[in-house]
Amino acid sequence: MRRGSFLALGLWAGFAFLYLPIIVLIVYSFNASRLVAVWGGWSVKWYGELLRDPQILGAASMSLQIAAISATVAVIIGGLAGYALSRFGRFRGRTGFSAMLTAPLVMPEVITGLSLLMLFVAMESLTGWPDGRGMTTVIIAHITFAAAYVAVVVRSRVAGLDMALEEAAMDLGARPLTVLRRITLPMLTPGLLSGWLLAFTLSLDDLVIASFVTGPGATTLPMLIFSKVRLGVSPDINALATLIVLVVAAGVLLSGWILLRAERRHARQVRAAFRREGAMGEG
Amino acid sequence: MKPSGNAGDADAATDSAGLATRGRTLGILIPTIWLLLFFAIPFLFVVKISLSEAAYSVPPVSDLLVWQDGWPVLQATWANFALVLTDSLYVQALYGALRIALIATALTLLIGYPMAYGIARAEPGMRSLLLLLVILPFWTSFLIRVYAWSTLLQDQGMINNALIWLGIVEEPVRMLNTEFAVLLGIVYSYLPFMILPLYATLERLDGTLLEASADLGARPFTTFWRVTLPLSLPGVAAGCLLVFIPAAGEFVIPELLGGPDTLMIGKILWQEFFNNRDWPVASALATILLLLLIGPILLLDRTQSKAESA
Amino acid sequence: MGVAQDTDALVSIQGVVKDFGGVRAVDTVDLEIRRGEFFSLLGGSGCGKTTLLRMLGGFETPTAGRILIDGQDMADVPAYRRPVNMMFQSYALFPHMSVERNVAFGLEQDRVGRAERDQRVSEALEMVQLADFGRRKPHQLSGGQRQRVALARALVKRPKLLLLDEPLAALDRKLREKTQFELANIQEKVGITFIMVTHDQEEAMTLSDRLAVMNAGRIVQVGTPGDIYEFPANRLVGEFIGTINVFEGHLDADSGMVRCAGLDLPILLEERIGTGGSRGETVAIGIRPEKMRIRKIDRASEASDVGAGTDAAPLAANALTGHIEDIAYLGDLSIFHVRLADGRKVQVSRTNITRRRDEPLTWEDAVAVDWDAAAPVVLHQ
Repeated sequence: MRRGSFLALGLWAGFAFLYLPIIVLIVYSFNASRLVAVWGGWSVKWYGELLRDPQILGAASMSLQIAAISATVAVIIGGLAGYALSRFGRFRGRTGFSAMLTAPLVMPEVITGLSLLMLFVAMESLTGWPDGRGMTTVIIAHITFAAAYVAVVVRSRVAGLDMALEEAAMDLGARPLTVLRRITLPMLTPGLLSGWLLAFTLSLDDLVIASFVTGPGATTLPMLIFSKVRLGVSPDINALATLIVLVVAAGVLLSGWILLRAERRHARQVRAAFRREGAMGEG
Repeated sequence: MKPSGNAGDADAATDSAGLATRGRTLGILIPTIWLLLFFAIPFLFVVKISLSEAAYSVPPVSDLLVWQDGWPVLQATWANFALVLTDSLYVQALYGALRIALIATALTLLIGYPMAYGIARAEPGMRSLLLLLVILPFWTSFLIRVYAWSTLLQDQGMINNALIWLGIVEEPVRMLNTEFAVLLGIVYSYLPFMILPLYATLERLDGTLLEASADLGARPFTTFWRVTLPLSLPGVAAGCLLVFIPAAGEFVIPELLGGPDTLMIGKILWQEFFNNRDWPVASALATILLLLLIGPILLLDRTQSKAESA
Repeated sequence: MGVAQDTDALVSIQGVVKDFGGVRAVDTVDLEIRRGEFFSLLGGSGCGKTTLLRMLGGFETPTAGRILIDGQDMADVPAYRRPVNMMFQSYALFPHMSVERNVAFGLEQDRVGRAERDQRVSEALEMVQLADFGRRKPHQLSGGQRQRVALARALVKRPKLLLLDEPLAALDRKLREKTQFELANIQEKVGITFIMVTHDQEEAMTLSDRLAVMNAGRIVQVGTPGDIYEFPANRLVGEFIGTINVFEGHLDADSGMVRCAGLDLPILLEERIGTGGSRGETVAIGIRPEKMRIRKIDRASEASDVGAGTDAAPLAANALTGHIEDIAYLGDLSIFHVRLADGRKVQVSRTNITRRRDEPLTWEDAVAVDWDAAAPVVLHQ
């Protein structure tokens, strides 16, 4: 008992540590004063300022586009890679393949960013492509590291799936493409969706790699935020942070609710099936 | 039946098999080509630039191959590496990064282990909620969360105000722009990366092993020390590597929370590149950091492959 | 307390109740287990037997009631201080320790000196015939070997009481039979009291000195295997252990006769089976298949033949007629499913003394079935 409450205490202290800064940001986003030390009363003026700032709006739109495109491509590449790792068993070059997928997860961003830039510069002087740097190069960079994260999500998802389902479909005469379309993809959909969301978030969040590989005219939201906070406290960033937290929380709650509903429906169906079976068994 | 029908079936069968094999090849080939091109090969260019000299040109480096009398001549220089390995600024930045990353990893483990343990021992319904609470901050902007700490840690920030109000200190304690702030920022940002793999191993831990240990007379602490901890070592290893490797090259946290005397390689690299536009030195730093981290990265890959096959 | 104290009792369970969030897993169990006994808790899944065992081990706390082991109340004694060891169903061998380290683990907790520890570990491994396997890791052993390591690990501490949770469930059939005898021999040799949980009635019958049948959290009957098989307390026990044919009817206490609907002749009970009921009470009568005799009769003379006993003396009771609907040939014996006139079925078993091709009985044969007055037993609801 004593040990249990000690654990619980540690757990909640840990959560307080995780959430304290976020809560403080939200509170200060409603502070009328520009200074952190001074409470100037409740106000929403920073939200107004934020939403009237064309620079922020432009950067946000740029970041959302980059995130959407790179997440979509990353899901395809990372999905293939994750599936290959968990289903294709031993294949030639598997060790290197797996290492190339693990490394981007942890590779310091300064290294990834610098090396990609060096590649783009060299490619441009050799082939003329990419013609300067900007949105395209940022997208390519984001696809690369996001694909590694998607691969992790899909890999663990595939590992938890029953392989017999695919074999059963083949046994019933389904061709490989039909199996893929009717069995494999539907089973993988939740994994691919969460992989997409993860890739989207990572792209939206990246400062360092984008700073290396971007060019004039392609300023992402994190780059703008960074230039602002580097100069000190900027209350409109508090407002922006609050909006991000709200959107994320809403998204998580929504997906949690959808998942829960699906789970409950499934449980109900299973129970009903058992009841039918039970009735038959007694009859 | 009809021979033609049989032949058709056989064709279809080989067709299917061929399709499956081709699908397999494609599934491996597409990611391989992408990662080779945009992840592995770029390192070669970093190495190449690190052997060049800085120049006033676009790009600001000299060519490695120079044509002299119709013959290509290799103009590689070790000067950048010599500079980076002898100049105390770079050496201290390398050392500082590894030291801070190591301390931060240890602290993250100390905080993350009890949390992961607590979540794994919670009731199943509660577990997913607690796990969600761990991951949730990770979905909000990393940059903004680090920035939040900088406002909290200021001399007039909330923590100092609270300490003064409580009478614990009389003057604000300098926290922002110190190594303490950097450690705090790393622990805070990377905590989920420690908790998740730890949770995964602890959750899989067979509860009857703990009961068996108690049954054989082991007190709770002995059970933890001799059964739980050894069996969770794969999670500990994965978590520590997931924190240590990126933390060693961290730029944002030392930039926003650290002071001018917090020397970390990621920050120095950034400055060389963006402020001094010295691509060769930045590349040499990146090469050295990469060489230092390649071992831990491969180790991480091995622990993950092992965890999967187990 | 009102519970009789058996001086020979090692374990005394008194009014123990266990609730899990409103579900009563164990319901007011009173039980005494004697020193040196091999005792089994037998029941279907969810009957509370494992929960009861886990309360003895200290892994669950009773909601109400007391557990005494060797006279000592276990209420505040944590699992790691109880003079009890358990053999887990999954064996729960520590995967990161060698066989030796697994077996030594418990002795290390007791701070047993190194020399003695090594000595006792090797003795324990010898006892389970694994002396050469000490350095192996659990995953390098077969299922049967793991089971024996678990046994050695639990016995090496010389507990007063050994708890076994479905110890043989994970083994295949042949190995299980062999292991049963080993387990019984070891128990005899070490003289430690064993309490085993099992859902396998055959296992419980073979191994136990006494056993308790549990259902829905309660103990339904306690006794020796013979008692429980021959005199099941109620229909549930009778049906759980072996097969039993059940007839319901009205008891005439004076004559000891039971008249059952659908049977032409009454069932006559021997005196010692005891009814305890009064005249006209509805009772259930159980008869085991092997206690019935079956023989072929002429279809035409069916009706007149019913009353004819084996030695042609007419019987006034304990017989019926029907048709063979199904025969299950099990090698050593055959089980005949006999359909009565009203559609009810009765199972009769017969040892196959002759070769199968000499079998005189076949499908759709008209047969007469009869039994001795000692065969039926009254089942309480």
